[in-house]
Amino acid sequence: MSFTVEKPGVMTIVQDLGRWGHQSRGVTVSGPMDQFSLRTGNVLLGNDQNDAALEITLFGLEIVLNVEQCVVLAGADLNMRINGAPAPAWTVHRVPRGSRIAMGGMSGDGCRSYLCFSGGVGVPLVMGSRSTYTKASLGGCEGRALKSGDVVPLNEPRPLWRRCAGFACPPELRPTRVPSEMISAMDGPQADAFTQAGMETFYGATFTVSNDIDRMGYRLDGPEIERCKSPDIVSDGIAHGAVQVPGHGRPIVMMSDRQTTGGYTKIAVVSTWSVARLAQRMPGGEVRFRRVTEDEAVSRLAEFERNLETLDDMRASYRSRAHWRFEGEVI
Amino acid sequence: MYDALRFLGSGDSCLVVEFADSIDMEANLRLQNLRRELSARNIRGVREYVPTYRSLSVYFDPMAVSRARLEEAIGAALGSFGADVRGDRRVLAMPVAYGGEFGPDMENVSRHTGLPEEEIIRRHTGRDCYCYMLGFTPGFSYLGGMDEALETPRLENPRVLIPAGSVGIAGRQTGAYSIDSPGGWQLIGRTPLKLFDPSDEMNPTLISPGDWIRFVSVSPEEYRSIASEAASGRYVPVRAVEEAGSDVVHG
Repeated sequence: MSFTVEKPGVMTIVQDLGRWGHQSRGVTVSGPMDQFSLRTGNVLLGNDQNDAALEITLFGLEIVLNVEQCVVLAGADLNMRINGAPAPAWTVHRVPRGSRIAMGGMSGDGCRSYLCFSGGVGVPLVMGSRSTYTKASLGGCEGRALKSGDVVPLNEPRPLWRRCAGFACPPELRPTRVPSEMISAMDGPQADAFTQAGMETFYGATFTVSNDIDRMGYRLDGPEIERCKSPDIVSDGIAHGAVQVPGHGRPIVMMSDRQTTGGYTKIAVVSTWSVARLAQRMPGGEVRFRRVTEDEAVSRLAEFERNLETLDDMRASYRSRAHWRFEGEVI
Repeated sequence: MYDALRFLGSGDSCLVVEFADSIDMEANLRLQNLRRELSARNIRGVREYVPTYRSLSVYFDPMAVSRARLEEAIGAALGSFGADVRGDRRVLAMPVAYGGEFGPDMENVSRHTGLPEEEIIRRHTGRDCYCYMLGFTPGFSYLGGMDEALETPRLENPRVLIPAGSVGIAGRQTGAYSIDSPGGWQLIGRTPLKLFDPSDEMNPTLISPGDWIRFVSVSPEEYRSIASEAASGRYVPVRAVEEAGSDVVHG
């Protein structure tokens, strides 16, 4: 059970929910840039939420399946085609062996998407995770992005997998539905290194995503943030979404492949929900921060969890009603 | 070190317990103790603890535990062990081939410090260094305690690729590159030990936070023989536990 990579696209890597438990040894968590899209895709297929998928950035991926499968594209709509025919995102497609799955390109709601397979991508676990961390060549496909000719293993599909075919995520349960939403953030551990005016700039100004973005960090362009203390501190931990402001006064939001520790002041930390929203933005995209309390940030996560449970129930009942479509077939 | 530690919010899923705002060994020993105590308690919802020079980051799942509940649990753990932070020392011997092809910047360091190569080696192996934390890349250790006479600024032009195992000096710091990476440290030698091994899931890094490192000078021949044993997994690093308070200064 596998698929063959015909064209790797701009950057396609294997990600599950991350390599937790090793930050004290300098090994970052990695994991998806938009965990909510990946988890939703896995739930649509009846997978474990942590099953590994392909994180596709921008466009260009083309693969051929060497086995019959059910797949779903969750995240940005990258205009997927299966054997040449348009195949909508957020919908489970049953795909025969030998099929060609190709990504066209972005359609305005983001730049990253997850191609999920029933049972998940079956690359070996490295330190408990299948996530790719290219800087240390860990996990995924030999620790790197996919390239042409790769034959990537798939796991055994989940029980009753064919019965999910045709199931679609209702638009209101899709995490990408408001592409331009404000980015929630809480004051960071070194917020006292900035002046009142500096804090107002951070929470009031409109920033734009610079060209300097990757899975490690998003550098933003915008007005300089005024400080009252040195930009350097004795190194401490860097949380997911931490906003570092080095000497140049412009913010860098630390993403999935961030270093575990660092020595710049952190003015704020973006909420777990909003880090994933920011990760869908392209260079030139606007970013406005909104100050929220920890409780508000947590309640947004709770809302997502409830949505996901709703979706899981919907899938279970869809699947149980689906038997007539497979009459006479052994599943 | 602060009189009372500070809880600092770091988003919706991370709480920082800050002991000091400077590099402070006592603060570091305390937070290592707190980490051990908390790990033993298996607090529900905690994903992991990350010790740094002066703080402990606690990563948690806010769906499973609240920040208030965590602060309470940490407070309770703090009250359960005494102020004595001097435990036994875990010492790891790190063989290093100094100079020559192994340490291309030995001359720079010699020029900057005014010390001949033999003296640099004597001083670098003469004091145990304390590992405050790992970070930057997998297995990279931040060591303190190097002989001040060896202080040398970083290279003006960082190298694009430094081989894993390279031992260098940057200002007052010394340490070994754990994986091939770019960097600007002045390289004085190389260790044949494998510092990062992702196939060993329980102990992927040779050095753990709180370890003491004792550099030991080896010849190029010894380097090669240890390297081949380490590559095939046959080399057992030399470790010792030494009594508290024995502030050994070698040489």
